[in-house]
Amino acid sequence: MTWMRIYLDYNATAPPLPEVVAAVSRVMSTTFGNASSVHAFGQQAKAELDAARAGVAHLIGAEASEVVFTAGGTESDNLAVRGAAEALEPAGRRHLIATAIEHEAVLNTVRALERRGWAATLLPLDATGVVSPDALRAALRPDTALVSIMHANNEIGTIQPIEALAPIARAAGALFHTDAVQSAGKIPVNVRHLGVDLLSLSAHKFGGPKGTGALWIRRGVRLVPYMTGGRQERGRRAGTENVPTLAGMGVAARIAADRLHHAGAIAVLRDRLEAGILARVPGTVANGDPARRVPNTSNISFEAIEAESLLIALDLEGVAISTGSACSSGSLEPSHVLRAMGLPNARARNSLRFSLGSTTTLEEVDFVVGVLPRLVDRLRHLGRPAAAVR
Amino acid sequence: MRVVVAMSGGVDSSVAAAQLVDAGHEVIGLSMQLYDQRQGAESFGSCCSLDDLHDARRVASALGIPHYIVNFEEQFQATVVRNFVDEYARGRTPIPCVHCNATLKFAHLVERAAGLDAAAVATGHYANVRFDEDCRQYRLLRGADASKDQSYFLFSLTQDQLSRAMFPVGHMTKPEVRAYAERLHLAVADKPDSHEICFVPDGQTGDFVERHLDQDAALDGEIVDSSGALVGRHRGLHRFTVGQRKGLGLSKPEPLYVLRLEPAERRLVVGSKQELGGRELSASGVNWIAGLPPDGPRRVTARIRHRHADAPATVMSSASERASLVFDDPQLAITPGQAVVFYDQDDVVGGGWID
Repeated sequence: MTWMRIYLDYNATAPPLPEVVAAVSRVMSTTFGNASSVHAFGQQAKAELDAARAGVAHLIGAEASEVVFTAGGTESDNLAVRGAAEALEPAGRRHLIATAIEHEAVLNTVRALERRGWAATLLPLDATGVVSPDALRAALRPDTALVSIMHANNEIGTIQPIEALAPIARAAGALFHTDAVQSAGKIPVNVRHLGVDLLSLSAHKFGGPKGTGALWIRRGVRLVPYMTGGRQERGRRAGTENVPTLAGMGVAARIAADRLHHAGAIAVLRDRLEAGILARVPGTVANGDPARRVPNTSNISFEAIEAESLLIALDLEGVAISTGSACSSGSLEPSHVLRAMGLPNARARNSLRFSLGSTTTLEEVDFVVGVLPRLVDRLRHLGRPAAAVR
Repeated sequence: MRVVVAMSGGVDSSVAAAQLVDAGHEVIGLSMQLYDQRQGAESFGSCCSLDDLHDARRVASALGIPHYIVNFEEQFQATVVRNFVDEYARGRTPIPCVHCNATLKFAHLVERAAGLDAAAVATGHYANVRFDEDCRQYRLLRGADASKDQSYFLFSLTQDQLSRAMFPVGHMTKPEVRAYAERLHLAVADKPDSHEICFVPDGQTGDFVERHLDQDAALDGEIVDSSGALVGRHRGLHRFTVGQRKGLGLSKPEPLYVLRLEPAERRLVVGSKQELGGRELSASGVNWIAGLPPDGPRRVTARIRHRHADAPATVMSSASERASLVFDDPQLAITPGQAVVFYDQDDVVGGGWID
């Protein structure tokens, strides 16, 4: 393709920052030692890990010693949910709480524990995708082990009032986990202000490498590790650390922290895109909370459109967007997030997610607003399929 | 021209896509997801299974064309699978592939293609479509490879559907298709042909139908011979088709065949091979490729199942979408639910469902 492609799918993944590419390459070519080794090679690797850990801690206002490196957001979520569930089981706590709009990494982990005898409650949401403190109060039980509520949602960008929710759970003696994969790097994330016990991060959502993440574990919180083996990560996550990509994560985290003020400019572009689409394409409506959401995300339903087709039509024009979480085969299904918000199946099936980032330009936004009316019009004015003959 | 090609992950549709690329078209590969790939073994069929979707993606990538998976699970369940089970429940032997072609590939997929500004949908069928300048009509013809011809499965296509259909491998033989795939180093060049019904990958049609039937309904019944004498019992009519010899559980000196299924009485009628022959049939849901039925009786050759060598017959349109047909010579196992397709040399004249 000789023409420009426009990438508006930052919530799926962000392009790695040049500084990250340089750091991964540098560490991979100069520092091959095993960070657990006693000798100089090991110490050199350990120093890289320490620097990376400090960078990640800096992004979320934590102590470096509380950061456990993992192979990504999904593993962080698994470690948090499984680790807390198992750690509190001997105390008779066999109940888990999450929301219906959690990422599958949390939802399916909760479901897996349910099949093994844990009880679970999925909290309801209002029409903008927000959980109320009252809903959490009502769901808490004396035997609740863990409450897991995502910070920002990947599909609609809605930010949950974690500061209000976490104290409620902790007062009931339950641990509180938040999946901050979609908020870190987009809005300020501070573990002390949020008041949580556990917080998941994924490097590639803020310009770091894929397959690399972290779980912040408040000092004093005990988890049962589910990856067993060596004593890496203070015995909380076994396996030789992937030093090059973790170094990249550290660099990405520092840059993300420095550039949080860019969010305003991204929000301006997002608002221009959203307003442009709502004004120029009839039968469109924005989903989620227009105020309480991350600055880069817009989720829009297109009436009488199969989102699948519009996504393909946009891709053929060089515009990359998403309809929400992709499933195993890459085929598209009605969003579980929008259905949990009470939207009808049709609207959950005809919604598209636009997620912007640091490379997004005004010209790109205007191109998308310009091309959409024609594509939508074509998809809406199809002759009905010829009746099947039989 | 922008063309959508329905890519199953098999060698035929892969080469169809490659041919269109070679011809200079702007090709978009679409693969249909027809059932939930994440559920149980039942989902992992021979066509459109997760592996096949990956194969399709690899081929598209090798050809440098965009490829997408479209979700037709609901439509597939509501039309093809539902009809398949209903037909067995009515004592008939269905062919789901015809419905899949008519309602998914050449209806829903054509609609998707139009939404993407594509003029046509191409498939890997061994058949040919040609516009006849003289009568200003599309003709549907047999594929060049007589042993692979799939025109039988396409009899229900209308002129409108034919106008948007392309069969790029229809002029090729199977060995030519495989050689073409090998020349392009396509990973699917040696992939075996699929034979069974895609959503019943283990071939246990009876078990599949049973799982989808009303669980409380009694299924078993009597087996009688053509004189009405009781000769045994069966576990369910959906486990039998006309002409079937195996699985009857009868020990008789001469081989017995299923002659017909009588669903109202849940009765299976068996008899000798001589009794299996028949010359006449009537068909419903008849489609005439030209759009209109012929005036009066028409001499044709007719096929009563995919692997049947067509035999001379006379067909007559009896009413709207109905036809009656008389073979010159008796044919074995005329089976309700199967398609009868009428040919004039290589032209498909029309076809319908045997009643």
